[in-house]
Amino acid sequence: MESKDHAALAEVFNKDEDRVSWHDETLWWIRQKRDKNVHQLPEWELLRETASQIKFNVLSNLSTYLEQFEKNATCNGIKIHWAADAKEHNDIVLGLLKEHQINRMVKSKSMLTEECGLNDYLASHGIDVIDSDLGERIVQLAGEHPSHIVLPCIHKKKGEIGDLFHKYLGTPSNVDDPQFLTETARQHLREIFLTRRAALTGVNFAIAETGEFVVCTNEGNADMGTNLAEVHIASMGIEKLIPKREHLGVFLRLLTRSATGQPITTYSSHYSKPRDGKQIHIVLVDNGRSVQLGREDFRNSLKCIRCGACMNTCPVYRRSGGHSYHTAVAGPIGSILAPNLDMRKYADLPFASTLCGSCSNVCPVKIDIHQQLYKWRQVLVKAGYAPTVKKIAMQLMAATLASPTLYHAAGKMGRATIKFAPFAVNNKLNPWYKQRDMPAPPKESFGEWYARNRAGSQEPGV
Amino acid sequence: MSSREKILAAVARNQPEAVALPDLNALKDAAQLAEPADLLEKYITVLTGIGGTAYQVGSYEDITGILNVQFPEGRIVNTVTELHPHHQSHVFEDDIHSLENVELAIIKAHFAVAENGAVWVTEELMGKRVLPFICQHLVVIVPANQVVATMHKAYEQISNRSYGYGAFIAGPSKTADIEQSLVLGAHGPRSMNVFLLG
Ligand code: SF4
Repeated sequence: MESKDHAALAEVFNKDEDRVSWHDETLWWIRQKRDKNVHQLPEWELLRETASQIKFNVLSNLSTYLEQFEKNATCNGIKIHWAADAKEHNDIVLGLLKEHQINRMVKSKSMLTEECGLNDYLASHGIDVIDSDLGERIVQLAGEHPSHIVLPCIHKKKGEIGDLFHKYLGTPSNVDDPQFLTETARQHLREIFLTRRAALTGVNFAIAETGEFVVCTNEGNADMGTNLAEVHIASMGIEKLIPKREHLGVFLRLLTRSATGQPITTYSSHYSKPRDGKQIHIVLVDNGRSVQLGREDFRNSLKCIRCGACMNTCPVYRRSGGHSYHTAVAGPIGSILAPNLDMRKYADLPFASTLCGSCSNVCPVKIDIHQQLYKWRQVLVKAGYAPTVKKIAMQLMAATLASPTLYHAAGKMGRATIKFAPFAVNNKLNPWYKQRDMPAPPKESFGEWYARNRAGSQEPGV
Repeated sequence: MSSREKILAAVARNQPEAVALPDLNALKDAAQLAEPADLLEKYITVLTGIGGTAYQVGSYEDITGILNVQFPEGRIVNTVTELHPHHQSHVFEDDIHSLENVELAIIKAHFAVAENGAVWVTEELMGKRVLPFICQHLVVIVPANQVVATMHKAYEQISNRSYGYGAFIAGPSKTADIEQSLVLGAHGPRSMNVFLLG
């Protein structure tokens, strides 16, 4: 595990300093677009609070909503399948394709299928899957996985994309114009949409009250795939439910503003019934979610609507890249979700954070992300999974934070904490900070973080 | 035990104590307070900002006039009966792949949303579900007095109406996946032209 942990992978990413700076700045720019858009809504905080409460309600009534959704979707002519884990999900999808004698499928963005390793599984059974989101197609051609849940190829420079297109799609060499490359992908994927009898999509929201589900894209690839195919398979984590249609008004206002600073995605498509004579199948996937629901300290992570804002704002994510997290969902939220599935394998991830709290402050559903990361550290250390070097840091950290005297002395003692919390300074004990040209360690802001955290207030200006 | 029973039992066992749903009225009131005075103007500004084009027109003749200039060539599929002499179309389900060569699709929308530039379209207005996506250019006609301020108002309007498929469409298809450079015309229409009628 040590050979593959976040710090080691981040070191690889950090070899190319220009790329790191560019990655960092690009994501920060997206974060700023988010701020600009969000500031236009005076009711933003109430919107977040409402969304958070709706999600709490969902988590506390999930079994009822699941049954209600199943009943209503079934009435609408949709077929519901239940998958306890990734393997069962993949088997259901394969079974559906076999039943219809389909060996080629087009897919739009679905992080759940990444989590389940669907593409590889289908490939091993002779099924060809083409990802149709441009960013996902690019990483697929590169033989990689998305490095960001909203911006799958954010780690790639246009020159590299041009080379991939030259190799696989026949564009002239050394052409890296985004307009030209996008047009090439459009022509290439149009042929795919027109010839595939099955289309798989993710699900952004599913409505218990009506049995419909919503898929959001900017490119229109989900709709092109599903509206031409005979069989539409929608893969959905059980936490994607919301109670009523009117709640979409809340979540669709939040999702894309938080993700990219757009007021809404170009397409927010509501699937309620299949086309005449065609089929819609929904695979409801648990894969550890019901376990996470039972972990009191971590269940809030299931409120996530996958906007990616916590990644865009995270200083560690921005400077280490999504692949360093060696899990389907990277960044702060991924670091909470992954250890639930495998504590040993993902023990390093909750440590890949400065606990600065920026993630929690931008999260549209108010998940206490940095607090959960801190709690995972405690759990992992107790269980003996924490990486050795980090363990020392962790113990110092724990000693400091565990002391009520230190904890409550925000000002001076807050600064003293910095000295003894190696995760926040450039220190050999912390592999994270090797080679990094970070802004000055947050001597002041760590103290401020304490104060803010204790007062439960929001990030200024957000 | 089937996976269904297993999952439902595990969820029921692990879910926390019931938490009530929030009242949406406080939020809706706050959103209403922030509404712009001129919804139409706001809509046009936002639509233009996301790469769409707005036309304020008084009649279907006006629309025909503009379309004849803007889209003189190529296959047109029109689902709006008031719009003569543009081609009416009856595309059969078995034939939807033939829509692949459509240059321009013309559809109506139920209403528009000022805060995000979207229009709400359901299946019966699309003719075929794939039409507004597969065309090279999209024209949407919406009554100028049917502009709502926010998504809260939008869902009040939609209420509990039933549809097989419906979509909010906000601007042309786009992507910024290559180094965050915005490109219009990813897989769907390269342009979205909204005619605000009345
Ligand atoms: S945790 Fe919050 S900020 Fe991060 S992706 Fe999920 S919803 Fe977005």
